[in-house]
Amino acid sequence: MAIETKVGVYLCSGCGIGESINCEKLDLVAVKENKIPVCKINPWLCSEESVEMIKKDIESEQLNRVVIGACSQRFLSDVFKFDPKVFVERTNLREQVAWSHKPNDEDTQMLAEDYLRMSIAKVRNCEPPEAFKKEINDTVLVVGGGFTGMTAALASANAGFNVVLTEKENQLGGWIGRQYKIAPTHSPFQELEPTGVEDLISKVESHEKIKVFKSCLVEKISGEPGDFHVSLFIKESTKEELIIGSIVQATGAKPYNPGKLSELGYGIFDNVITSIQLEENFKTSNSRKNIINGKQIKSITFIQCAGSRDEKHLPYCSSECCATSLKQALYIREKFPDAFVYIIYRDIRMPAQQELFFKRVQSEDNIFLTKGDVININRANNGMLRIDVDNTLLGDKIQIESDVVVLATGMVPSTLVGEIESEVDTAVEEKTLDGKKAAASAEVGAKILNLTYRQGTDLPTLKYGFPDSHYICFPYETRRTGIYAAGSVRAPMDISMSKADAYGAALKAIQLIHTAKEGKAVHPRSGDQSYPEFFLQRCTQCKRCTEECPFGTLDEDVKGTPLPNIERCRRCGICLGACPERIISFKDYSINMISSMIKSIEIPDEDEDKPRILAFLCENDAYPSLDIACRNKLHYDPNVRVIPVRCLGSVNTVWIADALSRGFDGILMIGCKYGDDYQCHYIRGSELANKRMENVREKLKQLVLEPERVKLITLSIDEYYKIPEIFNSFVEEMRSIGANPYKGM
Amino acid sequence: MNQEYMSADLLVVGAGIAGITAAVEAAETGLSVILVEKKPYIGGKVAQFSKYFPKLCPPSCGLEINIRRLRTNPLIKLYTLAEVSTNVLTSSGKHEVNIHLKPRYINDKCTACGECAKVCQGRRKNDFNMNMDETPCIHIPYENAYPQKYVLDKKNCDGKCCSKCVEVCKYNAIDLDDNGKVFTAEVNSIIWATGWEPYDAQKLDTLGFGKYPDVVTNLMMERLAAADGPTKGEILRPSTKEKVKSVAFIQCAGSRDENHLEYCSSVCCMASLKHTRYIREQNPDAEIYVHYIDVRSNGFHEDFYRNVQGDSKVHFHRGKVGKVSLNDETGNLIVEAEDSLTGKYMKNEVELVVLATGMKPSTNNLPIDKLMIDKNGFVNCSGEPAMKHPGEYACGVITEPKDVASVVQEATGSVLKAIQNIKRN
Repeated sequence: MAIETKVGVYLCSGCGIGESINCEKLDLVAVKENKIPVCKINPWLCSEESVEMIKKDIESEQLNRVVIGACSQRFLSDVFKFDPKVFVERTNLREQVAWSHKPNDEDTQMLAEDYLRMSIAKVRNCEPPEAFKKEINDTVLVVGGGFTGMTAALASANAGFNVVLTEKENQLGGWIGRQYKIAPTHSPFQELEPTGVEDLISKVESHEKIKVFKSCLVEKISGEPGDFHVSLFIKESTKEELIIGSIVQATGAKPYNPGKLSELGYGIFDNVITSIQLEENFKTSNSRKNIINGKQIKSITFIQCAGSRDEKHLPYCSSECCATSLKQALYIREKFPDAFVYIIYRDIRMPAQQELFFKRVQSEDNIFLTKGDVININRANNGMLRIDVDNTLLGDKIQIESDVVVLATGMVPSTLVGEIESEVDTAVEEKTLDGKKAAASAEVGAKILNLTYRQGTDLPTLKYGFPDSHYICFPYETRRTGIYAAGSVRAPMDISMSKADAYGAALKAIQLIHTAKEGKAVHPRSGDQSYPEFFLQRCTQCKRCTEECPFGTLDEDVKGTPLPNIERCRRCGICLGACPERIISFKDYSINMISSMIKSIEIPDEDEDKPRILAFLCENDAYPSLDIACRNKLHYDPNVRVIPVRCLGSVNTVWIADALSRGFDGILMIGCKYGDDYQCHYIRGSELANKRMENVREKLKQLVLEPERVKLITLSIDEYYKIPEIFNSFVEEMRSIGANPYKGM
Repeated sequence: MNQEYMSADLLVVGAGIAGITAAVEAAETGLSVILVEKKPYIGGKVAQFSKYFPKLCPPSCGLEINIRRLRTNPLIKLYTLAEVSTNVLTSSGKHEVNIHLKPRYINDKCTACGECAKVCQGRRKNDFNMNMDETPCIHIPYENAYPQKYVLDKKNCDGKCCSKCVEVCKYNAIDLDDNGKVFTAEVNSIIWATGWEPYDAQKLDTLGFGKYPDVVTNLMMERLAAADGPTKGEILRPSTKEKVKSVAFIQCAGSRDENHLEYCSSVCCMASLKHTRYIREQNPDAEIYVHYIDVRSNGFHEDFYRNVQGDSKVHFHRGKVGKVSLNDETGNLIVEAEDSLTGKYMKNEVELVVLATGMKPSTNNLPIDKLMIDKNGFVNCSGEPAMKHPGEYACGVITEPKDVASVVQEATGSVLKAIQNIKRN
């Protein structure tokens, strides 16, 4: 290591620590055993005077590593904060030793001593991180010139950032441009509102900080946040090469293909149309299927959830179709005051104060709403459409005769092509700029961003093809750092939600630029300045790191050597966990650091009946969960040694091998839940750790050890009360298997 | 806290999920932030939830990350037990606000060691657990609360009834003469994120809340299901402390009702569907009845609804509940309701009734332009996270009832508005 480490150890005996463990003996571990030059015991280490004392020592003794043996690292992080060149390590003596184990007990004392040894080993094998800095471009690229895209572009530009806005059509506006009016978006939620799209377009087009490219496709995006290299393909010939800081994808949704709704008469009867077709009839008089001009409508029926909430079509609810039909019912009332309007719904979904608009429409004359299931639609003898409805509120079955049936079709994200792709009609024909379709493949979804990332061309999608966030608390969580989806491409949503979403995504886009300039990570390790370094001379091109990174950080050269893009990295350490050659490390988190912590733990002889269990706990959920258990004074077996890790996915199997060959009797890995409702903050970390258990079992076989000796457990943070039982039963299980034969070798 | 006058780019009022999000997103974009919370802890309502729908994951998981972001970011200054009393627009276009700090009676020296609570003789109703149990008068709001500092409930104890807490505290952390204080701050922008309160279920006089112990609200259900709740996560019938075998959920309890809240509270359908899962996990045989008008599981939440519909012991009845009464012989509750699909009037006996009460925005007495508050108490901002008053924005449930993901979305966006204003100034 470049600079010699000089460590100071400060032990707190307050909060019950001193009553539980012998701090003088801990002092010996530091001073005698580890030759620590400065070690002090204090009854109140977080007091102003004590912190001042540490600060003075740092200066006078030129300490560059400080070990605080006191409460958990989750508390008082602002108190034990020193010069950034000093690496601070917290030894959790209060929660995870004193509060959770038998006081003045030999095993409790051994636990405390081991934790101190581990901390000393840790600080001797890591360095304070230095920020990764490169030149960061501060232009925001917004892909998609519909309502959300235009709103995001204006929001970013008005916050002082340069914006490039691309739109594949020859005009801005998207779906909102095809609307006649919109349902009320503000109090008192009674009257229809103009779309305001012309005003929005003119603000965008005249803004000095926004550059608009129409008839434009994104041909290629390479590079990394702060330094994306973007190739645009404009009209039939022009190309534009740009450097971009961050990206908002607002490519919107498409209506569900009504061709699939023949059961509701679409494609069979001319007068069965979709809500978007009805909208266009009111917006422009020259649309293809005009049913309102020159005709007299006496009766019209709206069928809700046409293709939505239906496992044969779209299993989800498209969120805005109820409001659309209620709005359109008013159009009909205005143009044909004598017409009867029927709305057949399953549930009217007008949340929040939209309810007030629903009540207003409900109270209109000649508008009839009923819950019911449409059984079939036929042509009656009088030429009208006859709709059979079952399970209604008006008695069992009813029949309605109408001139026109409107299907309230749902939405499909623009990222999805293939099987349930929308049949795009009239204005939004997919323009094929160079004569061929914008490269589309049914299996992988639409290619919109055309990222050159090794892991694929676009944002990974969730169920139903939307590139939404999986996290309730973090709706802008993205698996492609610096690229944020907004609007109905992300999830079905209405205008109000799209507007809020546009602002949210724009904030994340400019925040990314700010953070990258400071050389810091974004969520969830916000502010972290460490980053992975690759010792590529020893790389064997196994590609595990490039495949397993959840954020697509690593590209590859032709031989398969990883090409890191640090600005894409989220510092989870999954690459470090994946690498069999152990060539990936962070300044403050490395193979060597954890290995030396493991090696520092004393392993008692077999005849002492003191098994040693190593537990890797995810620092995001499992480790805090253990702290909560300790705060609740839940006691557990003192033979367990806990090491917090950035993510279970960052656990390298070499640590497990090291521990087993040193004589640890068993190893626990506790991380976040995986599967459909995964809770891992790095998407796949705990799942990958579980997959790697195959290799671990192989390793155990080689060592002729029982497979039960290594166990992976998933835990939610609120399941803290389970931890003592997990630890205790594992220790017992290891006792019954017998001691690790490698002990003492 | 020595400063009597502070300045910052942004003041965020309310540290529930909306305010916390706004504060950390702003600070991570380089703004200095003052975050004030009137309770002694942050996290607001989500800290009280057992799980979120639709993933059934614990809110403490996201709070843990957000609290880490908050406590490690030097740009955020957090004040709990704090309220904004006045708000004046200065000639330079900034806001001068007075912030009142109510006394905590525990100072920053508190290490949360817990010795004080061990000796405290007084008891108070635990508002965090919806008054379903008690804590010592000197207490931590809940075990994982942030800040990890104790607080004295002086309404119930003046700290002198036994004074044992003062004697036992080794860190001189208890200050019974704490009078609180007021300080002035000048900020460029304000984000109001004061959240909501549940609609008062006592006003629903035919539904028996307050009269029968086995009629509870949906927020009480969250605490009953929470591992750190009054029953350690076991859903027990309040009157008998036994496992619940039959439950009726009454949707729109006070919502979509002109005599109470005329709007829809947006989340109660999903909340009750989630509660059916809480109950099912603990009792495979429990019979569950859901009385609803419309099931509003918008968007992808439909999947969750479909799963619950697949549970043969969850029975959905469309129609309003007329009355809840007590069967004196069995001790059970009788739910009388119409079923508008069958046209029948039904009478059902259950052990527990859960009222899916709605949300009321907490905008009373805030020093904001009254013109911005609509008749239902919401800040009227047309779906845009902005208010007409320059530099003031609102997010979260005070703009409209919505779920957590939508709150976070709006809170994030409100920061962008603040940045635009800072740039203009």
